[in-house]
Amino acid sequence: MNARRPWYGTGLMYVALAAYLIFLGFPLLWLLSASFKSTRELNSLAVNLIPQNWDFSNYTAALERQNLITAAGNSIMVALVTMVITVLLSMPMAYALARLKGRLRAAGTVWILVSQVFPTILIIIPLFLVLRSLQLNDTLFGLILVYVTFTMPFTLWMLQGYVAAIPPELEEAAEMDGAGRFTILRTVILPLLAPGLVATAMFTFVSAWNEFFLALVLLQSPELYTLPIALRSFLGAEGQTQLGPLAAGAILATIPSLIIFGILQKKLTGGMLAGAVKG
Amino acid sequence: MSVETVPTRATQPRPPRKRRSGARQIGARTRAQRREAIALVVPALLPILVFSIIPLVSGVALGFTDATLRRNAEISFNGLDNYAELAGDHRFWGSFGIGIVWAGSVALLTLVSAMGLALLLNSNLRFKTLTRVLALIPWAMPPVVIAIVWRMIYNPNSGPLNGILGWLGLPGVNWLGDFSTALPAVIVVGVWAGIPQTTVLLLAGMQSISAEQHEAAAVDGAGAVRRFWHVTLPALRPVIIAVTALDFIWQFNSFGLIYVLTEGGPGGRTMIPPLFTYLEAFRNREIGYASAMGNVLVIAILLILSLYLINQFRQNKAVRA
Repeated sequence: MNARRPWYGTGLMYVALAAYLIFLGFPLLWLLSASFKSTRELNSLAVNLIPQNWDFSNYTAALERQNLITAAGNSIMVALVTMVITVLLSMPMAYALARLKGRLRAAGTVWILVSQVFPTILIIIPLFLVLRSLQLNDTLFGLILVYVTFTMPFTLWMLQGYVAAIPPELEEAAEMDGAGRFTILRTVILPLLAPGLVATAMFTFVSAWNEFFLALVLLQSPELYTLPIALRSFLGAEGQTQLGPLAAGAILATIPSLIIFGILQKKLTGGMLAGAVKG
Repeated sequence: MSVETVPTRATQPRPPRKRRSGARQIGARTRAQRREAIALVVPALLPILVFSIIPLVSGVALGFTDATLRRNAEISFNGLDNYAELAGDHRFWGSFGIGIVWAGSVALLTLVSAMGLALLLNSNLRFKTLTRVLALIPWAMPPVVIAIVWRMIYNPNSGPLNGILGWLGLPGVNWLGDFSTALPAVIVVGVWAGIPQTTVLLLAGMQSISAEQHEAAAVDGAGAVRRFWHVTLPALRPVIIAVTALDFIWQFNSFGLIYVLTEGGPGGRTMIPPLFTYLEAFRNREIGYASAMGNVLVIAILLILSLYLINQFRQNKAVRA
């Protein structure tokens, strides 16, 4: 069917594709280029994607800022612990959602859907009060527990899809041999679920790493700031003179997410999310 | 013997160690199963209960009180007082209107741009794998970083946008600071950030359309445009509606991007409802009133959702008929 497309049609399509790529890719390139520019060049209106003279001092300046290093450490800690707890808690629940029928499954599905559309702003106010009464406000552990709860709808939904794809016959065979539910979970389901668990874990890591709003509300002490909050405070306080280190910090904050998205790219474009919207 | 009570495991014989007499065995088995199910579910349910369901319920309840963030303050229910006050609060309704414009524009423009990109990626152009990877970039960037980059791009004194305008001999624009350009400027950022996800979803939908349908239409002499209108678009309809509804709701609830870009300014021109509510709760410390705003937002979202569900329901009926 494509043989009938005139040559200029194909040409136009490449032009359109190039326009999309420039639109989608330019901001990251600009940030990258800004992170290597001198302050003088950063404050000029010259449109140079390639810096006139390469200046690596922005990165050293960004890394010398103690709060940025602390924030990076906080972010790594929060994202890793969130990832581990979320996966540990989600796996059994996802298994239950996929295998057990009835009211539990219905309730779980409804909750997963509701949590996707519910405005966080309404939950954040009482959440703040709940954490305060548990003495967990303004702590990284409190933030981690909140992240675990807020990513679970997505991880549960993802994981139960992976569990549902495992044929129940395998479990039945193990059960014939007298294995209990938890032995089955460990010896039959877990190995088959490994790729799904890895993908889920990576998603959890990225969402905790990127998260802004909850951290903004729940953390008050600057030494507890995660990277997004630290970057944003950088922006508010010092304005244009610090654009270079800010760009460098922003690039450093983006790299982990970019790498993980690169790894998960096949899964993303392979329609992992497609099941959600097939009407 | 216990087929009715435990349908999920009806076919499996029990391990011998649990063999007991009939009635007791059923009871023990159901109980054992229930215990298993509870053990599987409780660890996840506990945080959900404490950090999601309890806050949700108390958030709704707080909207009917005069609570403030001050410690040891007495909280009392004040019925519908908050809503009476809210009804006359022009700033809130102004913000509500901005929220609708923001979410609606971002959802529609994202749909149109993502549709174009998905069509290109679904055709037999070269460099497809590369473009698919590159097109995901905005999705991978943390919202704060997105906002920081676009602040640099929109910067009136050093941004490339004004640089190009200057190069063309045109006067610069204070994109995020000017009353007339601030909202369109943040909408562009919203669209930019939303394209990858919507593209992926549309692309998945397109790939589930069978090639035969296209070929049949092509044999009948339909050109690319007509094939798009008469084959692709109808087949994608459920995906399009679902994606746009979700996009609208997500954008209506979104916070970080605009907070870092403009903080609601200039003069409240980009003050979307979550931001307005946030400031009311954590700057003015009026959490009762802010929760009432949250409740109004929930009702608005429920209305949109019900429109979507009714549409979906009608469609299902039409398919079955």
